[in-house]
Amino acid sequence: MKEEMMKNKSKNSKKGFLFLGIVILIMIFVLFLNPDKSSLIMKTSFDYFKQMAMVFPAILILMGLFSVWTSKEFVMNHLGDSSGIKGIVVSFILGALPTGPIFIAFPMAQALRKKGASYTNIVIFLSAWACIKIPQELIEMQFLGVKFMLVRLGMTIIFITIMGLIIEKLIGGDSLKERNRI
Amino acid sequence: MKNIIFINSLVFILLIISFIKDKEKTKKSIMIAVKSLGKIAPAILSVIMLIGIMYVLFADKIALFFGHENGVWGFVSISLIGSILHMPALLAFPLAGSFLKEGASISSVAAFITTLTMIGVVTLPLEIKTLGKKFAIYRNVFSFAIALIIALLMGVLL
Repeated sequence: MKEEMMKNKSKNSKKGFLFLGIVILIMIFVLFLNPDKSSLIMKTSFDYFKQMAMVFPAILILMGLFSVWTSKEFVMNHLGDSSGIKGIVVSFILGALPTGPIFIAFPMAQALRKKGASYTNIVIFLSAWACIKIPQELIEMQFLGVKFMLVRLGMTIIFITIMGLIIEKLIGGDSLKERNRI
Repeated sequence: MKNIIFINSLVFILLIISFIKDKEKTKKSIMIAVKSLGKIAPAILSVIMLIGIMYVLFADKIALFFGHENGVWGFVSISLIGSILHMPALLAFPLAGSFLKEGASISSVAAFITTLTMIGVVTLPLEIKTLGKKFAIYRNVFSFAIALIIALLMGVLL
């Protein structure tokens, strides 16, 4: 069992490096075909990289602290299958806090999931992170108007919640099996 | 920049508190951090490079799709572009605002912004890696449907 897991793990990381290799090849290809844009492409990627590098170590340590200090029961009570409306509200707030780019949210969602958060709440957390960030709403208001922003915000909240509930129904059964295995 | 300082100092303070309370646990948490860095680093580097490529090659071509409203096809293609591209909000909203001023419909602008923020084709590898294939595909497909519904409703309401 353990050996199998180890095998799976190394297979997984191999896949990651394979994908990275493919992307590097694409990058070289694109740079070769668009020499006039190459410096802009490099600059854009590098800007993202800088953004990531400045927050990512902190976020990883935060996840580490989270997994060591919070109990499974605590997360399950607040974000688990029976957390109900309270769990939904907590997920929206956690997601909407002004924190950083979406790449950071995925490992955080994974940590929450491992501690027993429901799929509904994971979906809400990720979607709120992606499109209900507080500074982002302010920019939207400035460029598209208050009415546009408020209507879109209201509908986004409603539909994200519905989506979370549906996805839970679709794959929630798997999670029971998954948990029993652990 | 403020966010970056805030997050880093918050985590630093938490780390110190944790260290004072329990040295062993703190060491363990740092080990977990280092391990997960190793696991997701390739996916993140790939995503960052893809974003750079997509943004530079396609960002200036979006306007073409907004220019002449070619009905359902234009609407769907704008949503698809929004799903594939990845752009910081600070750039996306001014861009969307300029399309609106140039006469694009509310629906297509809403579809563009909602798909842009909610769906990440470029971040998909990372999402699969952390949350599983099934979850990632469901979330992105549903988000696409939702984005279209929200956009159409906004066109009706506003």
